Amino acid sequence: MAIPLYYSFRNLWTRRLTTGLTIAGMALVVFVFAAILMLAEGLQKTLVETGSYDNTVIIRKASKSEVQSGVERGHASIIEVQPETALGPDSRRLIAKEIVVLINLPKRGTDKPSHVVIRGISEISMKIRPQIKIAEGRFPKPGSSEIMAGQSVAKRFKGGGLGEILRFGMRDWTVVGIFDAGNTGFSSEIWGDADQLMQAFRRPVYSSVILKLRDSSEFENLKQRLESDPRLTVDVLRETKYYEEQSEMMAKFLRILGLSLTIIFSLGAVIGAMITMYAAVSNRISEIGTLRSLGFQRRSILMAFLAESLLIGFIGGCVGLFFASFLQLFTVSTMNFQTFSELAFSFSLTVEIILQAMGFSLIMGFVGGVLPAFRAARMNIVEALRAS
Amino acid sequence: MENVKPLIVEIKNLSKSYRRGSQIIPVLEDINIEIPEGEFLALMGPSGSGKSTLLNLIAGIDKADSGLVKVGGIDIAALSEAELAGWRAGNVGFIFQFYNLIPVLTAFENVELPLLLTGLSKKERHEHVEMALRVVNLSDRMEHYPAQLSGGQQQRVAIARAIVTDPTILVADEPTGDLDRVSAKEILELMERLVRELGKTIIMVTHDARAAEKAHIIVHLEKGVLSFE
Ligand SMILES: Nc1ncnc2c1ncn2[C@@H]1O[C@H](COP(=O)(O)OP(=O)(O)O)[C@@H](O)[C@H]1O
Ligand SMILES: [Mg+2]
Repeated sequence: MAIPLYYSFRNLWTRRLTTGLTIAGMALVVFVFAAILMLAEGLQKTLVETGSYDNTVIIRKASKSEVQSGVERGHASIIEVQPETALGPDSRRLIAKEIVVLINLPKRGTDKPSHVVIRGISEISMKIRPQIKIAEGRFPKPGSSEIMAGQSVAKRFKGGGLGEILRFGMRDWTVVGIFDAGNTGFSSEIWGDADQLMQAFRRPVYSSVILKLRDSSEFENLKQRLESDPRLTVDVLRETKYYEEQSEMMAKFLRILGLSLTIIFSLGAVIGAMITMYAAVSNRISEIGTLRSLGFQRRSILMAFLAESLLIGFIGGCVGLFFASFLQLFTVSTMNFQTFSELAFSFSLTVEIILQAMGFSLIMGFVGGVLPAFRAARMNIVEALRAS
Repeated sequence: MENVKPLIVEIKNLSKSYRRGSQIIPVLEDINIEIPEGEFLALMGPSGSGKSTLLNLIAGIDKADSGLVKVGGIDIAALSEAELAGWRAGNVGFIFQFYNLIPVLTAFENVELPLLLTGLSKKERHEHVEMALRVVNLSDRMEHYPAQLSGGQQQRVAIARAIVTDPTILVADEPTGDLDRVSAKEILELMERLVRELGKTIIMVTHDARAAEKAHIIVHLEKGVLSFE
C-alpha cells in the first residue's frame, strides 16, 4: 500500500514559503498559457457566432475573404435566381448583394488609425441576419449617405457614435443608427447603402452574395450547381464555415505564440519545482531510510515525492486558472490578420482549456519532481539512516 | 529437563565488509550466533566495531557478503529486495537512537504507518494503534506531533510503532543514546516489560552498561569477533 497523500500534503505545508513561491511560478505560467488559449478561443467563438448555419456566402473563387473577393453584377444576377433561396413574408427572395471595403479610422482616445470594415448592404441584409437589432436611432435610408455603426465601432472609433459624422470615400456620412450584433464580428463593422458605397469607392463589383436557404439541407445542391456552373467562378460556403475559416489563421498564430511563450516560461517553473523537490529530498534522507525500514517499497517513496510535486502542479494550475477566469470580464480588440480589420472579442474559458491548462500544470509538476523522486527512491537504506 | 525455546535468529559464518573506493574494509568476519525466542539480548562493543552493521543484517536492511541469516525460520539472504521489504513490514520492529518519527504525522499516524502495509481495515488499524499506545502509556498523546513530545515520549511512540504489527523481532540501535537518565530508565523498563509480559524478542545495540544490565544476555563485539558473557 502507498504512503498516504496527507503525508505529501503536510510536507508541502510544513515548508509553505518555498512551496508558495514554487506554486506562484507555476500559476503564472498557467495563467499566461490559459490567457492565450482563451484569447484564441474568444476570437474563434466571436467569428463563428457571426455566421448562421442556413446562410450561404458566395465569393469569388479562391478569394478566401469578402475583402479580396469580387462578384460581377452579371454573376450576381445568375446567383439571384437559384431555387434554394428562402422567401421573405413579402415573397421577396432573401438574398443580399453586399460590398465590403476596409477603411482607416482614428480610434477614440489615442487617435491611432485602425482598419474598419464598411459593409454595403440592402434591407434584405437585416432580414437574413435576424440576430442584428437596431439598438439606437434607425436604419439608414436607402439611397442616402446615411450609415449605422456596430456597437463596438461606436464605442471605439472617433465619429462612430450616434449623430456623428464620418468622412470616407470623399463624402461625409451621418451615423443615424447603432446596431446591436451581440458577440459577433458584425459589431466591429459599419453598414451603409450598397449602391451609395459602390459609387463612393468607385467599385463596379459586389464583394459577396449572401442568401438564406429555404432549407439548410439544400446547401450541397446549391454549392455543387454554382461551383460547376461554367458562367461563374465562385466559392460557395456556409456562413458559419466562412467565418470559422476567417478566424483560423489568427487563432493558430495565437496558439503557437502562446505555446512557445509558455514553454519558455515553464522551463523556469520546472527548474523552480526541481530545486524545491531536491531540497525536500535532501532534508528528509533519514526519513526516507525510516520509511524503507518499515517496509515501504522504493516505488512508494517515488510516488510520495512525485505526489508532492504533482500537488504543487495541481495547486499552481488551480491558482493560475482562478486568475485567468477573471479575464472573461475583459473585451479586447485586435487586428484580424485575414481581413486586416479590427475585431472586438472577449477571452473565453472552456472546459477544454481548463483541462489543457491543468494537464500542462501537472506535466510541469511531474517533470520538476521526477528526478528528485527517483533520487529518493534509489537511496540505500543503511546509508540513508546514517545520514541523521 | 529444560524447556528448549525455538530459535528466532540463527547466524552462521556471516561476513560483511564495506568498500571505500578501491579499499575493502572488513567489518564482520565469520560471525555465529543463535538467539532463542523471548530473549532480551544486548550487543555491546566499542564504537565502529560493527554492532549496527550486525543489527542491520538481522533486520534485513543490509545484505551480507556471505553466510546464513535466518530469522523466524526464513533465510532472509535469499529474499529479493522487494520481498525483503514485505518481510520487514511483518517481522521486524525498529527502534532507533533518534526515534525517527515522521515529523508531519501525529503520534497516532506514526504508529499506524506500518499497519498501512498490512491488509487491516481502518477500524482494525485503529484498534491496534490504540492498543500499542496503551502499552507505552501514551493514549493521551495520540493527536500530538513529534515536536510536541519530549524525547522519552517520542521514543515510546517509536516503540508503539515497532510493536503495532506484532513482529517476530524488535531491533533497537542505541535506544537510550539520546535520552536523559530518567527517560532512559523508563524506556529500558518498558522494553524489559515487552519481553517479560508480551513475550517479545529484543536485540538491542548499546554501549551503556546500565542499559545492558536490563538485558538477559550480553554479547560483546570487538574487532569482528563475538564473545558471550
Ligand atoms: N556504508 C558504509 N560504507 C563504508 N563503511 C561503513 C559503512 N557503514 C559502516 N561502515 C564502517 O563499518 C564499521 C562498523 O560500523 P557500525 O556497524 O556502524 O559500527 P558501530 O555501530 O559498532 O559503531 C565502521 O568502521 C564504519 O566506518
Ligand atoms: Mg552504531
